[in-house]
Amino acid sequence: MDFLTVLQVLDSTVRLATPLLLACLAGLFSERAGIFDIGLEGKMLAAAFMSAAIAAVSGSVWLGLLAGIGASLLLSAIHGLASITFRGNQLISGVAINFLAAGLTVVVAQDWFQQGGRTPSLIGGGRFAPIDLPLAKSLQDVPVLGPIYHDLISGHTILVYLAIALVPLSWWALFRTRFGLRLRAVGENPAAVDTAGVSVIGLRYAAVAICGVLCGIAGAYLATALQAGFVKDMTAGRGYIALAALIFAKWRPWYALSATLLFGFLQAIALRYQNIDLGGIVVPVQFMDALPYILTVVILAGFVGKAIPPRAGGEPYVKER
Amino acid sequence: MTAGTQQGRPVAAAPAIELKGISKSFGPVQANKDISIRVMPGTIHGIIGENGAGKSTLMSILFGFYKADAGEIFINGQKTAIPDSQSAIRAGIGMVFQHFKLVQNFTVLENVILGAEDGAFLRPSLAKARGILKQLAEEYELNVDPDARIDELSVGHQQRVEILKALYRQADILILDEPTGVLTPAEADHLFRILENLRAEGKTIILITHKLREIMHITDTVSVMRRGEMTSTVKTSDTNPEDLAERMVGRKVLLRVDKAPARPGKTILEVDNLKVVDSDGVERLKGISLNVKAGEILGIAGVSGNGQSQLLQVLGGIQHGTGTIRINGQEIDLTGQHSDGQSRRARGIAHVPEDRQHEGLIMEFTAWENTILGYHHDPAYQANRLLMNNAAIKDETRGKIERFDVRPPDPNLAAKNFSGGNQQKIVLAREIERDPDLLLVGQPTRGVDIGAIEFIHQQLIALRDAGKAILLVSVELEEILGLSDRIAVMFDGRIMGERLPENTDEKELGLLMAGVSGEAA
Amino acid sequence: MEVMPKWADVVLIPLFSLLIAFALSALVIIGIGEDPIAAVKMMVSGAVGSTYGWGYTLYYATNFIFTGLAVAVAFHARMFNIGGEGQAALGGLGVALVCLSVDWPHWAIALPVAVAGAAVFGALWAALPAYLQAKRGSHIVITTIMFNFIGAALLNYLLVNVMRPAGSMDPATGKFPPGTFLPTLHDILATIGIPFSKAAPANVSFLIAVAACVLVWLLIWRTRLGYAIRAYGHSESAAVYAGISPTRIIMIAMLISGALAGMMAINNVMGEAERLVLNSVEGAGFIGIAVALMGRSHPFGVFLAAILFGFLYQGGAELALFTDIPRELIVVIQALVILFTGALDNMVRMPLEKLFLALRKRDA
Repeated sequence: MDFLTVLQVLDSTVRLATPLLLACLAGLFSERAGIFDIGLEGKMLAAAFMSAAIAAVSGSVWLGLLAGIGASLLLSAIHGLASITFRGNQLISGVAINFLAAGLTVVVAQDWFQQGGRTPSLIGGGRFAPIDLPLAKSLQDVPVLGPIYHDLISGHTILVYLAIALVPLSWWALFRTRFGLRLRAVGENPAAVDTAGVSVIGLRYAAVAICGVLCGIAGAYLATALQAGFVKDMTAGRGYIALAALIFAKWRPWYALSATLLFGFLQAIALRYQNIDLGGIVVPVQFMDALPYILTVVILAGFVGKAIPPRAGGEPYVKER
Repeated sequence: MTAGTQQGRPVAAAPAIELKGISKSFGPVQANKDISIRVMPGTIHGIIGENGAGKSTLMSILFGFYKADAGEIFINGQKTAIPDSQSAIRAGIGMVFQHFKLVQNFTVLENVILGAEDGAFLRPSLAKARGILKQLAEEYELNVDPDARIDELSVGHQQRVEILKALYRQADILILDEPTGVLTPAEADHLFRILENLRAEGKTIILITHKLREIMHITDTVSVMRRGEMTSTVKTSDTNPEDLAERMVGRKVLLRVDKAPARPGKTILEVDNLKVVDSDGVERLKGISLNVKAGEILGIAGVSGNGQSQLLQVLGGIQHGTGTIRINGQEIDLTGQHSDGQSRRARGIAHVPEDRQHEGLIMEFTAWENTILGYHHDPAYQANRLLMNNAAIKDETRGKIERFDVRPPDPNLAAKNFSGGNQQKIVLAREIERDPDLLLVGQPTRGVDIGAIEFIHQQLIALRDAGKAILLVSVELEEILGLSDRIAVMFDGRIMGERLPENTDEKELGLLMAGVSGEAA
Repeated sequence: MEVMPKWADVVLIPLFSLLIAFALSALVIIGIGEDPIAAVKMMVSGAVGSTYGWGYTLYYATNFIFTGLAVAVAFHARMFNIGGEGQAALGGLGVALVCLSVDWPHWAIALPVAVAGAAVFGALWAALPAYLQAKRGSHIVITTIMFNFIGAALLNYLLVNVMRPAGSMDPATGKFPPGTFLPTLHDILATIGIPFSKAAPANVSFLIAVAACVLVWLLIWRTRLGYAIRAYGHSESAAVYAGISPTRIIMIAMLISGALAGMMAINNVMGEAERLVLNSVEGAGFIGIAVALMGRSHPFGVFLAAILFGFLYQGGAELALFTDIPRELIVVIQALVILFTGALDNMVRMPLEKLFLALRKRDA
């Protein structure tokens, strides 16, 4: 593997890790507040469709992004209604949301565009364009560092940089602000928050809404930056990989970055090489596809340190009698 | 509102708290009926009543945790709406719940500022709270390490954090719900000193308890609640424990249990050097040795959390341990795969667990399903090799219901729909009628109305007189003194000493419960 | 005190939830410019208007009975098995291995072995998540989701690289031998003189599914094991008190659950496709969740809900064929049923409870 190939794989890693990172941070906010969310997949899918559809119709990727976030927020509202207001089972609600998105996107896409459940291909202003960072061109010829700067660091869409910036921002918001303190408290012991005179419901809805916004960006990234338009089931399990990454990351923002980069790397490898020959042993591509899931099971089994979820996670808050 | 404005008023101008006509229902259950009460500023006011009398509900309404269906609240003479805890805090009310409302993996400081932060960023809030906490600690004997995580603190210290939370929010009125249930007598005395200091500062305190001793010890006035109603309010100096007990129950109460002297037979249970380490690696039993003979009741006294639960659980097969346990002279397995409730029952041990709602019964199951819990493998309950004989089980349950006077007498009713006392009767019927050699009983009358308490006590005495061995664990000293033939006191996973009920009193037992060794006491 | 009579809990609440789900589905149909009443008519005639329609409806229902029972049994032990999809896929592998290993002389001999193969492979795929839940506390929901993906990758690998006959481009096994062909409902009903569509795929597996409902009912409500499973499901601490081992219950309940999901393969793989293809389960594992929720985890409820979903599936296929309503509409309906009977249960329950409370107060 030469240097250029390594760079290309890493570049592809960053692209593929971005939606995972956004969705992972989305899940992080929700689960830190005590709301389990296995509906990341569905929210991303709905956002991918709406962003592509609106971008295709309006020609503006920014309108598309907004629409995508809107669609994701709508599903978040359903999840909030079910798991916060009506104290239903958060897992079941998440499952329902995934199917709702899987079904509705195709039904609406077919009715709207008549292209077998896809949106028209996005061109020009309908997509996010790569951004060349300052001096990327002129530094390109500096040995080693030049190509790294030009090929790997520069040349991504704005959403990639946004996702990476969100990591320190999330950390700061969670651990250095009043909002973060309350958010983490409500995921650990909602009764403590309630008796301190702060609304449990309000905080949890806020967390679920942040989750919706981030999933919306993740979905929009898939359809308008990574690819050029929506196709049926285009999230392809990314919501679940993000969930796996969240566990891997033990519900911490910086770890989330590493976990999603790792999973993005695995996807990049699987995408580039069909079967990998490791000195006589051929690793089939299907194994690479399954590796994130296998790693998560290993983590869950507690062989690589224990992942302790927020204590009140998954439990609707009911004032005890 | 601060203590300053409070003191600015002429004394006794208006009650600190006045409730008028408060009513509250939960579904079909009416928890508070038309309750009115006045509490004067700078006093400690006790509210006493049985479990389920509605004390906690009433105070939760005052703190805005529940919303009343009807009624008015006046704070310092002013009508105040308290729709949520935020309003209560703003009105100067603080509450220390029976089950603390702390975030376990936060520090003391973080818990104290939660909901009372200054501004959107934490750093200044934490700095300010650190200063105020230091001040409060000096003022009221409320020392806690501000940087300790809650899960590293003892229960007594956690309670101090709760009080600090209220004071940090400048509460003038402090409500404490059963604050001594988890404390040693020494810790309880420390708490009472704090409360007295607070009263001296002009704060108003409401103390909810079911312990007559505490009421007599510290309150200025006391209100009695019974079945959701406030039956009377008196000056503490004008009353006595017997009078209060009668007001609580609504009739004369026997505070003593009638029983003949025990006639102990051969030794049934022998425990030697029993140790238990829990899943967090904490040693909960540090070498317990004891024995129980046929025809006697051994009472285990102690503040909850000193290893009594673990003792019952190891004996009952719920937890593993090391050491030796012999039943009728035969050693039983404590660690193996088959050391479980089934194997203990096979050896003649029956177990009335401490927590009837989470262990003794399955609340969603019907009464008849619950009467075979733990005995569902009994051949008497099988129709053939594969299927159970539900009709036979129901028949048997009808008999148990009749003999133990369970009401309503319906074997098909789910356990959750029976009252606490009737639930306990179902458990007792199941365990006693197995004719065990040894009966383990934990907190037999917790959350049980007084009528049922007498019945349950009589059943235990009758079982003893039938020549069975009984190991009784209770945090109610009165119950231990009334029922036991011998008393062992547990503290910090050890037995501090053994006493005969006729040769000891609450004071001596209290010292043992606080870890003051027998010789010193 | 019980606020509501039991019949209201068992019948009224699922019924209302279903009505809301259907009403919203009708809005979706209106939204895409179609006529919901015409759509329902077409679904009814397509799904139950002919023995051909019935044949498909019952074929789908057979799948859903198995996966619904699988989810239901796990629910009784308070475990949410989302892994039905993967377990059913592995069950398909078990059936394929059985069917391809021997030149079976008669289906009646092949079927019991295939049932065992399907059950064992399905149970196997549930075993590791169950073990991790029981021994390491790993959340079964997450692990079974992961195992769905791992299972899909495994089957993909096997079908592409190992089991594909030489020369075939199709990632699928070869055709099973004729000795494994199961009799269809047409064949069975013909013996007692009832005419039934010959083209429809419903087969003898349907009867096995019905038998499975009865057996699961007996297991849960009439055996010691069922008692122990329900006891554990309601209260782990009470189960431990009673001497019921959580590890044992988690393992057994999940193995039974996985086996039931796996057994679906005798219907779709052995009974219909007669070979193992990629993605043979087609989402039936997930529909099991909706079926179990709607059927309140009771085998009879599961049976009814499975028939309903079979109807929706076949009716939906007809719609997709003759109108512009795509098949994915069924996924939407499925999602709404899960949402309303599962997650938003309280939305229907709370007003009903208030109603009953008011009624009782008036009576009193």
